[in-house]
Amino acid sequence: MSPANAALERVTQVPGVRGSLLISGTDGLVVAERLMDGIDGRAIAALAANLIKRLGRATVGAGMRVPTFVHLRGNAGSVLAAPGQNDLVLVAVVGLDANLGLARLEMLDAVGRLT
Amino acid sequence: MRALEPWVLAPLQTFLAESSARLILLMTASGQVVAQHGFARSFEVMTAAALGSAIVASTEELARIMGASRFGAVVHGGSRQSCMLSAFGTPRGRWIGLVVYGPETSVGLVQLFFDQMVEELVNAAPREPQAPPLLAENFERELNASLKELFGR
Repeated sequence: MSPANAALERVTQVPGVRGSLLISGTDGLVVAERLMDGIDGRAIAALAANLIKRLGRATVGAGMRVPTFVHLRGNAGSVLAAPGQNDLVLVAVVGLDANLGLARLEMLDAVGRLT
Repeated sequence: MRALEPWVLAPLQTFLAESSARLILLMTASGQVVAQHGFARSFEVMTAAALGSAIVASTEELARIMGASRFGAVVHGGSRQSCMLSAFGTPRGRWIGLVVYGPETSVGLVQLFFDQMVEELVNAAPREPQAPPLLAENFERELNASLKELFGR
């Protein structure tokens, strides 16, 4: 199993996670994905990459460091994102019932192992 | 923004607002301009339309030789600005979109909202019989009329 798929598998095993993707931060394109049916990975990749890029600019502009973890909370669930090396971003789509703490730990550890 | 047909404007405006693209040119497969935004001179539009339709024709022929179906899009990535060319079917025939965008957006976003625009165009297109192919003797007159409409002069 490739490191990318191993990272996605770790994240999707967390209860409540509906899918995970590895995306290119600059291009907003999907590198690898493991998603439930009905989730548009291409849209998530494009929009999450843009969000991360803008958040990075905002935090740097505010004199802070680039975020290491982003949690975007919605009415029906959340989108979690962990930027890694080589312009890669690990993204997870989670439901309201998800174990967010475990998902965060797994994502940060998994993205740290990607080179 | 200028368009030869008014029903093209709304999908185009939505695309530009959502994708943050800098320029867009919609044309038929033969290079006849349908709508444009961001181009300052008619010469630029004519050149871009001719080159864009030629590139799409070349890549489609390349795909045919390789035994593949048509390529979805051609993207030229640059450090200051990039360009995407994509052909798509409409009730008015096959059209081509040429989009120029900068680092403030991404190829993923541009492709995502471009596909949405195509869907909107297909739904908005009037179901009228397609115009007959342009004849060589009418080409220059039609081209000048289109450019006059697109640039308002």
